[in-house]
Amino acid sequence: MKVALFVTCLVDQAAPGVGMATVRLLEQLGCEVWFPEQQTCCGQPALNSGYPDQARQAALSLMDAFESAAYVVSPSGSCVGTIHHHYPHLFDRDPELLERARRLIDKTYELSQFLVNVLGRTELGARLETTATYHASCHAHRLLGIKEEPLQLLGQVQGLELIPLARVEDCCGFGGAFSVKLPEISATMADEKIDAIESTGAAYVVSTDVGCLLHLSGRLARRGSPVKTLHLAELLWQAMRGVAS
Amino acid sequence: MMGPTSDDLATRSRRALDDEFLRRAVRFTVERLRDGKAKSTASIQDWEELRERARGIREHVIQHLDYYLARFTSELEARGQHVHFAADAQEAASIVLGLVQEKRARLVAKSKSMVSEEVGLNHRLAAEGIECVETDLGEWIVQLAKEPPSHLILPAIHKSRAQVQALFAADGAGAVPPETRALAGYARQRLRDVFSAADVGITGCNFAIAETGSVVVFTNEGNGRMVTTLPRTHIVMMGAERILPTLADLELFVNVLPRSATGQKITTYVNMITGARRDGEADGPEDLHVVVVDNGRSRLVGDRDFEPVLDCIRCGACLNVCPVYRNIGGHAYGSVYSGPIGAVLTPLLLRDEPRARELAQASSLCGACYQACPVKIPLHDMLVTLRQRAAEASDSMSPERLAFGTFGTVVQNPWLYRLTTGLFRALVRYLQRHAAGLLPRLPVISGWVRHRELPLLEGKSFRAEYRKFRKQAEKQG
Repeated sequence: MKVALFVTCLVDQAAPGVGMATVRLLEQLGCEVWFPEQQTCCGQPALNSGYPDQARQAALSLMDAFESAAYVVSPSGSCVGTIHHHYPHLFDRDPELLERARRLIDKTYELSQFLVNVLGRTELGARLETTATYHASCHAHRLLGIKEEPLQLLGQVQGLELIPLARVEDCCGFGGAFSVKLPEISATMADEKIDAIESTGAAYVVSTDVGCLLHLSGRLARRGSPVKTLHLAELLWQAMRGVAS
Repeated sequence: MMGPTSDDLATRSRRALDDEFLRRAVRFTVERLRDGKAKSTASIQDWEELRERARGIREHVIQHLDYYLARFTSELEARGQHVHFAADAQEAASIVLGLVQEKRARLVAKSKSMVSEEVGLNHRLAAEGIECVETDLGEWIVQLAKEPPSHLILPAIHKSRAQVQALFAADGAGAVPPETRALAGYARQRLRDVFSAADVGITGCNFAIAETGSVVVFTNEGNGRMVTTLPRTHIVMMGAERILPTLADLELFVNVLPRSATGQKITTYVNMITGARRDGEADGPEDLHVVVVDNGRSRLVGDRDFEPVLDCIRCGACLNVCPVYRNIGGHAYGSVYSGPIGAVLTPLLLRDEPRARELAQASSLCGACYQACPVKIPLHDMLVTLRQRAAEASDSMSPERLAFGTFGTVVQNPWLYRLTTGLFRALVRYLQRHAAGLLPRLPVISGWVRHRELPLLEGKSFRAEYRKFRKQAEKQG
């Protein structure tokens, strides 16, 4: 199966390892991965700050980049959520562009959705001896309805003790521009989340979104907490590679 | 409707965040409310269906608001009651003041009414020498503290028992122990005098039934009944959008409102008032006046983006799940309506108040508000649209506008994207290594590093890594 990777600007710039883990694990599962170089950003930063014209420019560019793809997979619930939830509204005055947006929506999946619902895989032959807790990113679970998929994948990793997180669906406080516009509130929300994470005693907090994870790891480091963040793709790939080698 | 403060949202929230006590008090209570709601809605099998039906009825009402308001009015007037329409806050307060003065009233007893807060009624009456006493316990507490309410349904959510004790002591309670029962006892005794001495009673209105001309008031304390039966005149203040078509529709909302608000299956009292005292009845006021307040609402009917905000039934469920509200409380919003609904409603009602615009920033756009809303108002999407309006109203040379103008160009040109992100990464990397002290002085980055470490942008971007990976694979393959 040929899969186009939408890596997202945030992963591209700040978490390349997450992108590479996504490529490697998809290939390990038999997918042929390609990376359209024309892609940049889904437009969410502009949209959420109140600049829909610029968000449309980003969206158009993304639609061009993935025009010929059959499947688009991305390691981000937030960016895929923007495509699914906001693109129809961004183009609702232009039937032709709306149709193009719908075509992109129909073939675009967040990674865990793709693995579980398209490939039908939850058991990836993965093994990792550690403890982890899962944080549900708001856009993954509220915009895309991703609830069970990441847990199903993590649940099948041999040796991984998955500890449930209290108030798993509460926001971590990232919120894109919110994190720098109202940083005190954002950090207080991170502290609520981190208190819950620390009380699980898990070594890692895992999520589908690099935005949440950069924000949490930045705050964890500032607090001097020993908890580490891992993107779902990184954890799965580490666990698969461990078994493969 | 906005407080007289000249400070901004960031300053107000920092003040709230520094108040450890306030945060604990608010968090404790909203957690209880949201768990209560979760429990009481879980016991209803078809909660999602109820939400959809409730939304449908509210949407229908708002789309035919003129018709239903006319029906409500004619039903009430046919029974000899009075309906007044107020275009704005000023007029609403003037109408009530006029009625109170006509009755030569010196003392007014009020049960909870957010719309009376919205129009600044108490100040208006006080300026004319009329004392208006709040009789909802929470409202009375914030009135004694000279503060606005900080939650839609729990106005004193931010106060501790010890603070209430101090306020009551200053009111003349003497040595009341800081226990809920004793404090409530003092309030009961004090307010009983108010009920019996007041010449006019003012209430809000949860729902107005068009079919019958009834005013429906949900309360838990019984003060609503006192206010609507003891004083000679009863004035109802209602937002123009509070209508339901029929009594049959009310049944659905009796199921939906208390569950969403407090997690109760039903409130202790549900008052349905269809006119003043009739001949042969033992109690009730001599006359009933309903003041229908527009104050920016009708402007939203037909608004493609914001009409559904009029569907709101003021349950407060969005406040109770909002992680921003939970941490900063209601006063930081600087407006009568707080939380997600306040952040949306305030700038819409106060179209000409620039200070209200920034409220749309008070959200991480997590969407918990929409998920909790019993009438499914897409508050998270409305916040985005409000940010758009704020951006349009901002200075065309503002740094943010210029930055996003550049963003639009960069995202359309992959080579420009590579160039600018590459330069940015190099700059941040350089600063991190050689001049970390400068980071807190840079725009955007300063907001990040004040409370978080910045990820080290070592190594290459993904696309560079990927190219290397493919080349290696080719060599090996």
